[in-house]
Amino acid sequence: MSPTSSHRADGMSSKYDVLVIGGGNAALCAAIAARRGGASVLVLEGAPKFYRGGNTRHTRNMRCAHDAATEILTGPYTEEEFWEDLLRVTGGQTDEVLARHMIRESKDILNWIVEQGVRWQPSLGGTLSLGRTNSFFLGGGRAMLNALYLTAERLGVDVEYDAEVIDLVIEDGMFLAARLKRPIKGETEIRATSLVAAAGGFEANIEWLKQYWGDAADNFLIRGTPYNRGSILKMLLDKGVQEVGDPTQCHAVAIDARAPKFDGGIITRHDSVVFGIVVNKHAQRFYDEGEDIWPKRYAIWGRLVAAQPDQIAYIIFDSTVVTSFMPTLFPPIAGQTVAELAGKLELDPAALEKTVTEFNAAVRPGTFDHTILDDCRTEGITPPKTHWARRIETPPYLAYPVRPGITFTYLGTRVTREARMLMADGKPSANMFAAGEIMAGNVLGKGYAAGMGMTIGSVFGRIAGREAARHAKN
Amino acid sequence: MHGTRILDEADRLMTVCNSCRYCEGLCAVFPAMEMRRAFSDGDLNYLANLCHSCGACYVDCQFSPPHEFNVNVPKTLAVARAESYAAYAWPQALSGAFARNGLVISLIAALSMAAFIFGFAALNDRSVLFGVHTGPGAFYRLMPHNAMAALFSVAFLYAILALVMSVRAFWRDIGTPIGGRADGGSIVQAIRDAGELRYLHGGGVGCYNEDDKPTDRRKLYHHLTFYGFLLCFAATSVATLYHYLLGREAPYPWWDLPVVLGALGGIGLIVGPIGLFVAKLRGAPELLDEQRYGMDVGFIAMLFLTGLTGMLLLILRETAAMGPLLALHLGAVFALFITIPYGKFVHGIYRFAALVRYAQERRTAP
Repeated sequence: MSPTSSHRADGMSSKYDVLVIGGGNAALCAAIAARRGGASVLVLEGAPKFYRGGNTRHTRNMRCAHDAATEILTGPYTEEEFWEDLLRVTGGQTDEVLARHMIRESKDILNWIVEQGVRWQPSLGGTLSLGRTNSFFLGGGRAMLNALYLTAERLGVDVEYDAEVIDLVIEDGMFLAARLKRPIKGETEIRATSLVAAAGGFEANIEWLKQYWGDAADNFLIRGTPYNRGSILKMLLDKGVQEVGDPTQCHAVAIDARAPKFDGGIITRHDSVVFGIVVNKHAQRFYDEGEDIWPKRYAIWGRLVAAQPDQIAYIIFDSTVVTSFMPTLFPPIAGQTVAELAGKLELDPAALEKTVTEFNAAVRPGTFDHTILDDCRTEGITPPKTHWARRIETPPYLAYPVRPGITFTYLGTRVTREARMLMADGKPSANMFAAGEIMAGNVLGKGYAAGMGMTIGSVFGRIAGREAARHAKN
Repeated sequence: MHGTRILDEADRLMTVCNSCRYCEGLCAVFPAMEMRRAFSDGDLNYLANLCHSCGACYVDCQFSPPHEFNVNVPKTLAVARAESYAAYAWPQALSGAFARNGLVISLIAALSMAAFIFGFAALNDRSVLFGVHTGPGAFYRLMPHNAMAALFSVAFLYAILALVMSVRAFWRDIGTPIGGRADGGSIVQAIRDAGELRYLHGGGVGCYNEDDKPTDRRKLYHHLTFYGFLLCFAATSVATLYHYLLGREAPYPWWDLPVVLGALGGIGLIVGPIGLFVAKLRGAPELLDEQRYGMDVGFIAMLFLTGLTGMLLLILRETAAMGPLLALHLGAVFALFITIPYGKFVHGIYRFAALVRYAQERRTAP
């Protein structure tokens, strides 16, 4: 659908009620909500069609509060419990008003998202610990995206791919137009009454990451597409939108060092840390591998590895635990002796042998159970391994090399409960809204709990779309 | 490493998929994959035959082309599946029939129909061939019933034997323990799954064609074809019983059971294959195994020809066209019978065996 004549202000260039920049979960929820609110909507996705959707294409579930079990959720997850989980993972670095609002709204999202064509399924194999709290998308994130795009297009939302925005025209906190690198229907400037910015963080922008991380960022692997460059975020901040969040904070996990630089997605991750030890390039342990249970432990290892020399580490384990975790994309590197393994990893054999020997000697007897915080622990070494500690002594000895895998960054635009952007002077923008990773930092000061990114996207996407349409129709 | 390039590729993909598992809820292939950490030739052939080629996992996959991981499960399993038909064919000397299957099937069909035409012409007087025959035994004035029964029984029994031997080899390869038997409960489950085409559903929304919008009606057309075939088979079986038990000879009046069953089945065998053929033309090219286009189309055409000649015979049986039409129909059915073990027909048998195996695995899974 093209914008109707009533939306053409001057009869020459087209003008939409709502312009959505971005093409992921948040953007599509905003576009659908705005269209359902009666607005004409254009979505500008900077990536080509196959790579549409930013990080959403790699997601698989969403964390929503619910008061009772559902067909796919095994039990209730109250607003209060969700809030406590959020408080714990962020260490209190969150906006309580905004976060509680999001949690409340998340309850309705469980049904709303299904009305938009997305289908749920019970938690996937190997993720049973999320069965009560998180709803999984049947077919994964790309299936979810396909459903949202299909619904948006059926409703009459216009979608353009490869539509890179190179400038935003903003006056006194008022969005006027977006300038395009490549003309769409002969036009390089798109005007709209409201703007929804849902274009994600800057995780794929290595130069920008280097501003905060230095050269270490050269060794980061980016789990999503190379299109998540944060250019819209940067334009907004440069043009007076208030900033929120710590620029060094991000969701980062340990992923296989052999993964591609971009878009390796979920399959390059390693869940095997608890079954062994993790050493750095000097073959030294540096953190308690048994600190916490999956998935809470999962999201700390990216940052831990990022802090090690050359941003590389090695998960070392033995043949007895190979079948304890999910099969991996890349096979483990194997050696018949610890020294041989060290050679293949290009570590100092004597140093690795010493580390393993000292670790083995420190392991106390206990009853191993990886589903609980068990009593298998070490004594007398630093750092300790406080749970699931077992000797590494049955060859072949195995290792996965890991690097920090950056999922998304938390630096963003400050927003109100209506997803309206706040300007640097504290005044709310007249017509600019933000949703998804671009404003995740409002809720996530640091830390992460599985499925939160999608909750932020859907909840604030829907709110932003609704409010943007309301503004445009008034 | 495996015996063939396609199995190597299938192994690579299953390793990718097993570390992702997002597609677990779409069909039986992925849960079956998750029960394994490594894949033998038999495992891969099993997974290939479990796949119903709905395409959902391709459009849902974040790693499908142009992504560098190049994950195309439906196509890879389609090729592996077709190669498995040749690998398990009995006798092995005839496995080459799968290589240029479209050509083989068309030649056999043409030869078979021609043989019946010439046979009828040679053995019958012109006035008999083009005569109008009515009443019980009308067909047998052109070909004696015993000769017809003997010829088709031999063809049918051979087809059964070849199928049994082939699927036996397949079963031994995919089973654990090797040579283990199927239990009744698993067979009942597989009959249900196959009967409703449970996994030909794109994860619940239908199959995929030229784009990411699931619009395919393949399931409907497959039902028409399959149940049409079964009805025709039932019609023939009832007629055989009539002949031997009741002494009642074909042709039967239009309201009689064999004709009703045959007419309904015939409609299914005409409409179903047309629908399947159109779906094939519209199918997403990146999911298709183009090499096997001839095999698929050949089988669809054989079913269509069987249905069409049968229906024409029913409609025109009291005219002078009956003789030639009977020859054509018998030629089509004969060709269908003898090519059953060496054409697309086998997909149903292997897939059924795979579904039995899957039901079994689900029951015994920890």
